Amino acid sequence: MTTADDPASGEQTLVVRLRVNGMWHEVRVPGRRLLSDALRHDLRLTGTHVGCEHGVCGACTVLLDGEPVRSCLLLAASADGHELTTVEGLAEPDGTLHPVQQAFVDCHGLQCGFCTPGFVMTIAAYLRENPDPDEDDALAACAGNLCRCTGYQNIKAAVLRAAELSRGTGR
Amino acid sequence: MKPAPFTYHRPVELDAALDLLGRLRDAGQHAKVLAGGQSLLPMLSMRLAEPAHVVDINALAGLDGVDVDAAGVRVGALVRHRGLERHAGAGAVLPLLRQALRQVAHPTIRNRGTSVGSLCHADPAAELPAVLALLGGAVVARSRRGERRIQAPDFFLGPLESALEPDELAVATQFHRPPPGTGTAFVEVARRHGDYAVCGVAAAVTVDEAGRVRAARAAYVSAGEGIGALDLGAAVAGAGVDVAAWADAGELARGLVATESDIHASAQYRSQLVAVLTARALQDAAAQAGLDSTSHASALDPAQGAR
Ligand SMILES: Cc1cc2nc3c(=O)[nH]c(=O)nc-3n(C[C@H](O)[C@H](O)[C@H](O)COP(=O)(O)OP(=O)(O)OC[C@H]3O[C@@H](n4cnc5c(N)ncnc54)[C@H](O)[C@@H]3O)c2cc1C
Ligand code: FES
Ligand code: FES
Repeated sequence: MTTADDPASGEQTLVVRLRVNGMWHEVRVPGRRLLSDALRHDLRLTGTHVGCEHGVCGACTVLLDGEPVRSCLLLAASADGHELTTVEGLAEPDGTLHPVQQAFVDCHGLQCGFCTPGFVMTIAAYLRENPDPDEDDALAACAGNLCRCTGYQNIKAAVLRAAELSRGTGR
Repeated sequence: MKPAPFTYHRPVELDAALDLLGRLRDAGQHAKVLAGGQSLLPMLSMRLAEPAHVVDINALAGLDGVDVDAAGVRVGALVRHRGLERHAGAGAVLPLLRQALRQVAHPTIRNRGTSVGSLCHADPAAELPAVLALLGGAVVARSRRGERRIQAPDFFLGPLESALEPDELAVATQFHRPPPGTGTAFVEVARRHGDYAVCGVAAAVTVDEAGRVRAARAAYVSAGEGIGALDLGAAVAGAGVDVAAWADAGELARGLVATESDIHASAQYRSQLVAVLTARALQDAAAQAGLDSTSHASALDPAQGAR
């Protein structure tokens, strides 16, 4: 990672390399740049949403080396050299939706959609390890994400539906 | 909200990190160690902390080990909560670790947050400080000046205050294995699973060969400002595990823990939880100790739990 000072502010900047959805990107950011902002502002990947910016709502959840993390609780610089998956990277290249995305469509698992990217990423990672959840598991899987619209019932249904769809596709 | 500006450092060698922390201290510069960032990042973003330097330790090698032996479990500074929770050897020797870790936030937070970082953060609302206080053990701190082991009772100075000096890095923590015949349990009440506890109790009960209580201790989460373990033996020692007055031990704890009110619960409600959850945790721990009765012999074999 190379560093230099921003000529205007004098603030340190760093060149950070991120592999996002299979493609390497290089951005120059100050050390305090949150990963969520690097994704949204520097890389223009606005699918990752920012709600609370202190780890509580889960809207900003992305996969870091395959594991879900809060992108608002990571510095972009800390993710240098790492592999990230955002909601933009879930569907197949031909546009076929990921089973979790399809399940949200099937079960009407969203209303305004603000929380959806975070739920989708969290559930996609959850189902990889727990392919056969029951209703309680499905609710617990989402307990770290907040939704102001749906009342969670249709999201719970989407978890179960996604598990069903995944069993079909092996994803 | 965004963090205030700081200079970011990511040393790749421990000596370089210690040297950097030492130089920043000598220069009177405010520096913060960044581990999982699951407590530090919110504090930076809310500008509750505005360090001039952030020293990211995530690139340091050799700090991500979990070592299990007869004495207990040693956890390196870069072991994530999730890694420790999944570690079969640690779970076999200290089931309490896994029980407590499952109550720490949500899996997404546990994927990144470190167990040692949680101790350094010294939050009375966190589960792991209570576990360390209950089991006993130490935090291993390193600086340019050398290494020291800070024993649990000396490590937690107050809410969000540990005994680490600004130039010290906690490289590991050691959780002691309790004596043979000891059972442990962890119970907590939270609004949702994964939220910070309204009140939580970690308990350990040791029984003798005849099934009588020899020792009973408990440590608390979100109950008050302190981090430490209480000896509740006075209420139950000598009694058979089936008839011991666990509720009396709960009442003893109610009198000893100074609870506080906040937006989540009143002090009075918390005190009620202290009494009820203490009794429940001790009873669970005693049941575990009963199951562990075979271990009076086998616990002497150091390899036993490590498998
Ligand atoms: C939404 C949310 C819910 C949470 N719920 C809970 C919960 O229910 N229970 C719970 O216990 N925790 C909870 N946490 C906190 C979480 O467990 C943190 O991971 C943990 O408290 C700190 O670990 P960290 O590695 O993230 O440390 P950081 O955030 O990186 O650091 C925390 C502090 O410790 C210092 N520090 C860290 N590591 C070291 C080291 N090796 N040497 C010297 N100093 C160090 C830092 O300088 C900083 O001051 C929650 C967090 C969030 C965001
Ligand atoms: S924006 Fe990251 S958890 Fe809310
Ligand atoms: S759909 Fe609106 S917040 Fe969840």
